Amino acid sequence: MISREEVLKIASLSKLNLTEEEITKYQTDLNSILDYTKVLDEIDISNINPSATTSDETNVFRKDEVKQSLTRQEVLANAKDKDYGCFFVKKVVE
Amino acid sequence: MNIESMTIKEIVDGLNEGKFTSVEITKAYIERIEKYDTEIGAFITVLKDDALKQAEESDRRRKEGKEIGYLEGVPVAIKDNICTKGTLTTCASRMLEDFVPPYDATVIEKLKEAGCVIIGKTNMDEFAMGGSTETSYMKKTRNPWDTNKVPGGSSGGSIAAVSASFVPFALGSDTGGSVRQPASYCGTVGLKPTYGLVSRYGLIAYASSLDQIGVAAKTVEDVAMSLNVIAGHDEKDTTSRKHEKEDYTTYLNKDIKDMKIAVPKEFLGEGVNPEVKEKIENTISMLKDMGCTVDEISMSTSQHAIAVYYIVACAEASSNLARYDGIRFGYKTSNYETLDEMYLNSRSEGFGEEVKRRIMLGTYVLSSGYYDAYYKKAQQVRTLIIKEYEEVFKNYDVIITPTAPTTAFEFGKCSENPLEMYLNDICTVPVNVAGVPAMSLNVGFDNNNMPIGLQIIADKFKEGNIIKLGDKIEKELKLNNIPNMEVK
Repeated sequence: MISREEVLKIASLSKLNLTEEEITKYQTDLNSILDYTKVLDEIDISNINPSATTSDETNVFRKDEVKQSLTRQEVLANAKDKDYGCFFVKKVVE
Repeated sequence: MNIESMTIKEIVDGLNEGKFTSVEITKAYIERIEKYDTEIGAFITVLKDDALKQAEESDRRRKEGKEIGYLEGVPVAIKDNICTKGTLTTCASRMLEDFVPPYDATVIEKLKEAGCVIIGKTNMDEFAMGGSTETSYMKKTRNPWDTNKVPGGSSGGSIAAVSASFVPFALGSDTGGSVRQPASYCGTVGLKPTYGLVSRYGLIAYASSLDQIGVAAKTVEDVAMSLNVIAGHDEKDTTSRKHEKEDYTTYLNKDIKDMKIAVPKEFLGEGVNPEVKEKIENTISMLKDMGCTVDEISMSTSQHAIAVYYIVACAEASSNLARYDGIRFGYKTSNYETLDEMYLNSRSEGFGEEVKRRIMLGTYVLSSGYYDAYYKKAQQVRTLIIKEYEEVFKNYDVIITPTAPTTAFEFGKCSENPLEMYLNDICTVPVNVAGVPAMSLNVGFDNNNMPIGLQIIADKFKEGNIIKLGDKIEKELKLNNIPNMEVK
């Protein structure tokens, strides 16, 4: 069972603010879904390697060549706050 | 020119023979959209002027004897999680409601190179998370067969657009069934290719090890033709496979009597609506009569795929959606003092309920203390699922299942209990987990005249087997796949 505190902790890690109503709703939902996943406990997975993908490709590199990229203007176009050719953010370090 | 029933093949042939122009075709589709889409709600953005301009250029290229593309002048609709340069791409979310990508997805570049006319961007479940298109922030999409019912999801807009004959084909994305399930609910053909066959560059990510761009059209032949355009290695997608390019239309009109077909009993058990089961079994009988070997088998991992899917997909989604912080793109709250408040409020205000639920589930299963019990375990079971499919395909050419346990349901039916919605995916999700290709096609209707889809699954990079069998089934059944739009 996920506790209310755990829901708040996950919300904080996910950078989400929840209302009281949402905390209760998500607690119920997450418990219901996680309960369902207990079906995986039935299986013997000893000595089975985890699969992160179904792709056969690994370590795909390209030559270190300069290619055409986006212009600064294109990159900044969707930002809400920008100037001096930069993205604006609140001060991070005092 | 009966635009309602036109296929890609008929359009290509008609344009080549000079029966009509791309402008005439495009105008006809736009007229249908203007007449019916207020009710259906398939499109978020209709690119009327751009489309007509592209159609004019296409007709001019053809008239001047210039080189023309494989699908020159053919209109297409694009799911709104695929980046189109200079055109709004929203993922049906408040988070991206004014996002204009500075680049085209690789599949868009390929469609343009093939001469396609992009009619518009279609509605979807928010960030592709959902099975009914109900989680869209923008609007509701209705099933053209019964407008009180959902079209399915998450590619509901794209599939409804094909079903309602707003376009002859459309691109969607399929992470757990999001092209196939709506295709089943709306009576179209819908294909999810092998993981790695189609580039994901420019597809806004939901779950990177499961996502694939897929196609929906009225016929298997049309799906084969569109797959020819979008398939292929892309160096900008490092999961895209260096596979030899094929012409998928070479698998049409083939004899199927030597095909070996497996039917896993777990997908035809209780929980499958009896009318759906009946139509699947009728098709199986038909295939036996046609000389195919059809065996009932058991797939022991079938009951575990949904749990694996929701753990893996949500984990990957929690990571992929961490980029939405209000700084470089996307929704930014006006209510903040500190950096942290900006993150919290932008994300809380920008994302809908289902997206938040999946982000939180994903964050939980990846978090310290739970990683091994959930995420690692899911990845290990994933290995077993992959291996089980490999084993079946050593002895069989294809696997057949229903695409969904029911036909399309009414709006609001699954909104109270998310788990109930998730269980609708029981037939489609194992396919994404295993990374193999699968296609849904219509094999009949229930007593309410709602379409029933059959799913054909094949081994990796064996789309040819799916096309071969699907084409034959479609040509034998000769079903009417055009809903009556006038009744609305």
